[in-house]
Amino acid sequence: MNAPLQNPSDILVVDDVVVRFDTPEGAVTAVDHVSFGVRQGEFLSVIGPSGCGKSTLFNVIGGLLGHTSGTANVAGETINGPHPSIGMVFQEESTFPWRNVTDNVAFPLELIGMPKAQRIERARHFISLVGLDGFENRYPNELSGGMRQRVSLARTLASEPKILLMDEPFAALDEQTRLLLGDKVLQIQQQLKQTTLLITHNITEAVQMSDRILVMTYRPGKVKRIVDIDLPRPRTSDIVGSEAFGRYVAQIWADLREEASRGMRDEEKTMMGAKS
Amino acid sequence: MSMAATRPARRFTLNRALPALTGLGTVVVFFLLMELAIRTNLLSQFIVPPPSEIIASFPRVIVEEHVLNRFMLTLGECLAAGVMLTVVGVSLGVLMQRFKLLQQACETWVAALASAPVVLCYPLFLVIFGRNAWTIIMMGFVAGLPPVILKTLEGITGVRRVLVNVGRSFKLTESQQFWKILFPAALPNIFVGIRLGLIFALINVVGVEFLINFGGLGQLINELAERYDLAGTYAAICFVVLVSVLFFMAVEKAERWLTRAE
Ligand SMILES: Nc1ncnc2c1ncn2[C@@H]1O[C@H](COP(=O)(O)OP(=O)(O)OP(=O)(O)O)[C@@H](O)[C@H]1O
Ligand SMILES: [Mg+2]
Repeated sequence: MNAPLQNPSDILVVDDVVVRFDTPEGAVTAVDHVSFGVRQGEFLSVIGPSGCGKSTLFNVIGGLLGHTSGTANVAGETINGPHPSIGMVFQEESTFPWRNVTDNVAFPLELIGMPKAQRIERARHFISLVGLDGFENRYPNELSGGMRQRVSLARTLASEPKILLMDEPFAALDEQTRLLLGDKVLQIQQQLKQTTLLITHNITEAVQMSDRILVMTYRPGKVKRIVDIDLPRPRTSDIVGSEAFGRYVAQIWADLREEASRGMRDEEKTMMGAKS
Repeated sequence: MSMAATRPARRFTLNRALPALTGLGTVVVFFLLMELAIRTNLLSQFIVPPPSEIIASFPRVIVEEHVLNRFMLTLGECLAAGVMLTVVGVSLGVLMQRFKLLQQACETWVAALASAPVVLCYPLFLVIFGRNAWTIIMMGFVAGLPPVILKTLEGITGVRRVLVNVGRSFKLTESQQFWKILFPAALPNIFVGIRLGLIFALINVVGVEFLINFGGLGQLINELAERYDLAGTYAAICFVVLVSVLFFMAVEKAERWLTRAE
């Protein structure tokens, strides 16, 4: 099953990565021998039940967390710390409340020492890309949750990463906002030909956006299956009603349900154990 | 934060002025009630002089007692103490956050110091610095230091993890991580500490002036009280209040400038 998962031309290669945490109750394997590759320009989603190790994987690829064994490479370089080719968008709200939208988005440009006038112009470009024209001078506390996530996205895009890495960026938003933001992300991804790795537990979102979906198992987090999504592009949230879409969703749901119910049983058992 | 909330209401100038007007009105009403209580002998005027008498004593206090010079002296002492406690307090807070051992060793007794009546140490300070403005400044400084240290420590420790991770993902150096993320994120907390520190400093500056009978408004209050010039005493106290009002306005300005402007 491992063989077709990677390709020599892949821009990101995760090879046999294991992450184990030492806890007072003993070692917990969060990510178990996970291998996959991301192709240049593709949109890959990683989906799995809550607690299966998705964020752990995200942190390893982002270089924020060390792994126990295996290797992760980006553009041929080993990941052992945050890599400039990778831009991260976090699950939690992560805008800087003391900077307005322009200065938030210009943050990575400021770091590379771009002159002020130029970086404001660049920032404007990315602000308009995520559809926040007119909000350049607002502060995060004056924006809705969805708008703040778009600011975070624009800030990461402004650093022009080779790979955009997102951990459930819309998890805290309502369904309509999530769908519309999904459209926005798709549109940007097509426009910039941005290689994207999205972590999610939302099946609709994953099928709507991805070229391929990697389904993870519940504890320990292994690769269960990789599904190719053969739906025509450009896509919008309209596709959600189509029959082919429904088939993909049903297929992935069948995979996930098995894992999720195993997870629930597992957690119930742990709770029973804790009670007695 | 409150700025943002009021932004759409900028047109209604009355709305914006209302809190200030209400505050002023409350003071006026309080004075009128006092006046009434004293005039009707509900309160003895040998304990509290009627507000009208206090107001009438202002020209005398200003001209004969040189209250403005003393006001500037107290203001200067508070300013010196305030600058020192900001610089030293924030630095110590940052150091304690950096070095766990230092924090574990010192946090408890810094907190204890915050509630200790430091003013009682004034004889010690007199011995060290002599009977001059430095004793007063140092007393204010020491008394105001703990809240600044503690709030700085709390502010930096409490910075949300995800913001730190954003910094790491952008590969910030350690000093960039501090100046571009930790420090601005902690600023609102640091300002709470500075406000508290200034209150403690002002109380101690005026208190020590009073106790050692030296310097600015505290000494004047001491003298006027000894002469049993009650109206004058209260008028001098009004100037102490003015010092505190000025400081709060300045700190608020500084905070707005630091947390909003780039
Ligand atoms: N620092 C840590 N120490 C110990 N265990 C951890 C740590 N971080 C994560 N884990 C464990 O690893 C497993 C995977 O966690 P992770 O956060 O990666 O899950 P997730 O798939 O992102 O879940 P969710 O969808 O709820 O965000 C969980 O069982 C969690 O308890
Ligand atoms: Mg997660």
